[in-house]
Amino acid sequence: MSEKFDVIVVGAGPAGTACAYLCAKSGLKVLQIERGEYPGSKNVMGGVLYRKQTEEIIPEFWNDAPLERPIVEQRFWMMDKESTVTFGYKGLEWAKEPYNNFTVLRAPFDRWFAQKGVEQGVLLINETVVTECIVENDKVVGVKTDRPDGEILADVVVLADGVNSLLAQQLGFRKELKPDEVALSVMEVINLPKEKINDRFNLEDNQGCTIEIFGDSTKGNLGTAFLYTNKDSLNIGVGTTLSSMMNAKLKPYDLLDYLKNHPMVAPLLAGGESVEYLAHLIPEGGFHSVPKVAGHGVVVVGDAAQLVNAIHREGSNMAMASGKMAAEAIIKAKERQDFSEASLNKYREALYESFILKDLEKYKDAAHTFEHHPQYFNDYVPMLNQAMSKFFTVDGTPKREKQKQIVKGFTGEKGTLNVIKDLYRAWKAVK
Amino acid sequence: MHIVVCVKQVPDTKIIKINPKTNTLDRRSAPAILNPYDAHAVQEAVKLKQALGQGKISVLSMGPPQATEVIKKSIEIGADEGYLISDRAFAGADTLATSYALSKALEKIAAKHPIDIVICGKHAIDGDTGQVGPGIARRMDIPPITNVIEVTKFDKENRIILVKRKLTNGYEELEVQLPCLLTVEKEINQIAYSPLPNMIRAARYKPNIWSVGDLEAVDKAQLGLKGSPTVVGKMFTPPKLDGGKLLEGAVDEQVKQLIEVLSERKELLNVK
Repeated sequence: MSEKFDVIVVGAGPAGTACAYLCAKSGLKVLQIERGEYPGSKNVMGGVLYRKQTEEIIPEFWNDAPLERPIVEQRFWMMDKESTVTFGYKGLEWAKEPYNNFTVLRAPFDRWFAQKGVEQGVLLINETVVTECIVENDKVVGVKTDRPDGEILADVVVLADGVNSLLAQQLGFRKELKPDEVALSVMEVINLPKEKINDRFNLEDNQGCTIEIFGDSTKGNLGTAFLYTNKDSLNIGVGTTLSSMMNAKLKPYDLLDYLKNHPMVAPLLAGGESVEYLAHLIPEGGFHSVPKVAGHGVVVVGDAAQLVNAIHREGSNMAMASGKMAAEAIIKAKERQDFSEASLNKYREALYESFILKDLEKYKDAAHTFEHHPQYFNDYVPMLNQAMSKFFTVDGTPKREKQKQIVKGFTGEKGTLNVIKDLYRAWKAVK
Repeated sequence: MHIVVCVKQVPDTKIIKINPKTNTLDRRSAPAILNPYDAHAVQEAVKLKQALGQGKISVLSMGPPQATEVIKKSIEIGADEGYLISDRAFAGADTLATSYALSKALEKIAAKHPIDIVICGKHAIDGDTGQVGPGIARRMDIPPITNVIEVTKFDKENRIILVKRKLTNGYEELEVQLPCLLTVEKEINQIAYSPLPNMIRAARYKPNIWSVGDLEAVDKAQLGLKGSPTVVGKMFTPPKLDGGKLLEGAVDEQVKQLIEVLSERKELLNVK
């Protein structure tokens, strides 16, 4: 053991790189260790990158970063077997600077982002696995890698090692993930010519669209599917909690196949060439699953800290924001030369005061509620579809009579009281 | 002991696609990697240095600025210094012009620190010519020892090495006077998992980058496209071979089937 760094960042996803970038920018000596062949080679997400939190690290990144399309339309589908109720918003204010968010492919984006860190002085090494933190007198003082002479020291170790963070687990910051705390998501990248994408999704060249699909996309299980437009490819994927998948004996690739062949989806994909298949766990335990995030000489960021808002499918923004808050705490700790838990707890405080933990707290019971009450996906989505079908079918029935029938359709089998209870419960879970 | 290893950045041909219209490699479809044979060349230099207990390993490459990546990769494996010659004047070079440019760079390296051994990979996986190594040796007027599978002895006193060369049916053993040039096969060694300090050193390392102007007494007519007499007449993807037929059943049954096939298709017995 020869060299000592100010900061070692384990992992080169959005959280790790945001933290490494800002630490290096403020003059700290930073080593970033990535297990993949290059940053992004092992990273997976549906594909939405948020402007606000990215811009706070690299202003006007959209001039330089490998982005796919600025998102101008967000659609939501409540899908049944042969129908879908759809709502959404399209706004061309999102088609110009400063934009709202973008679709991205992670392999090129993460690589670019990490390279920005290298330009700030981050020392990045790939193909290296950190096997454990070196702990002395209850203080993390460095990491051990799988390489010969593989130990290296630092004042602070940043754990940005992803959803499964074995390192945080080894330190006792968290327990092993339970099947209802994670979603298993599978996705494909499907190549399709730009013109076809523009036609099918009603877009111009530099405009993108996201579709979140609920209901039959997961065969009624707790989860969602998504279909996002890239420049000349589509990202399509589906995920449910691991526990739902186990209970329903679903195979993730069967579910994706089912979605791709669904009559509401298949025409959008027709003629496309599947070029990539990816799968990943997504931390969806929310507020209750957030582990200890600061200790003596160590902080935990991004997915490793379970910072994902499953309801709003936000994750990369929380990753970057948490990386930034961690960097700010580390920079202050360095000024004081105090890397104790009390000092690094500034990061924890910032995290809990920010939108991240506030949002996670808002939805802290949502996943739990929907998992234990499957009627929301199983019953109400088909009922909604039937209601809309009835309402818009012109068959000579007076509209007032139709409305009556629709209300009856909702309350008939369940009883009015139960429906009101369900509505109240759902409202409480997301209020 | 100064060992110089020549390395090349190549597209990973395991995953590269071929443009069906032009029959050329679609270089964007595959990541650029250190030519695998060259990785073994660097590893062999590291092995020799370790066995001798002293020495210096330099790597040399020619290519666009991104080729610094393969020099860094070589530093990971254990090289000490890296040089990249990069200039528009080198572009479009065939093996003749490439060996000329590299030998000029080797001259400059040798002027500072005389070279004892040059090691190259057997060939690059994108061109498969195997001509640059011997070309360099010829220009430096040192013996080229191709297809080396083992360096069996290193006599430092008398500056002699004993090497095994792979032949079609076996191998031959040669005693070679230094300085010399070796080109190596993959079986010469196993690439070691690089120690962490090497990784950190490589991440930090800034290779020396030379343009044509940095080299001495260069005849520009021998560089790049101008200095390349090679003409590519045609490129095509060879037709796929028909799949074979698997004989099944008990051994006796299979033998019977085989005899039937052979008696029907006598051309299979004609060994060319």
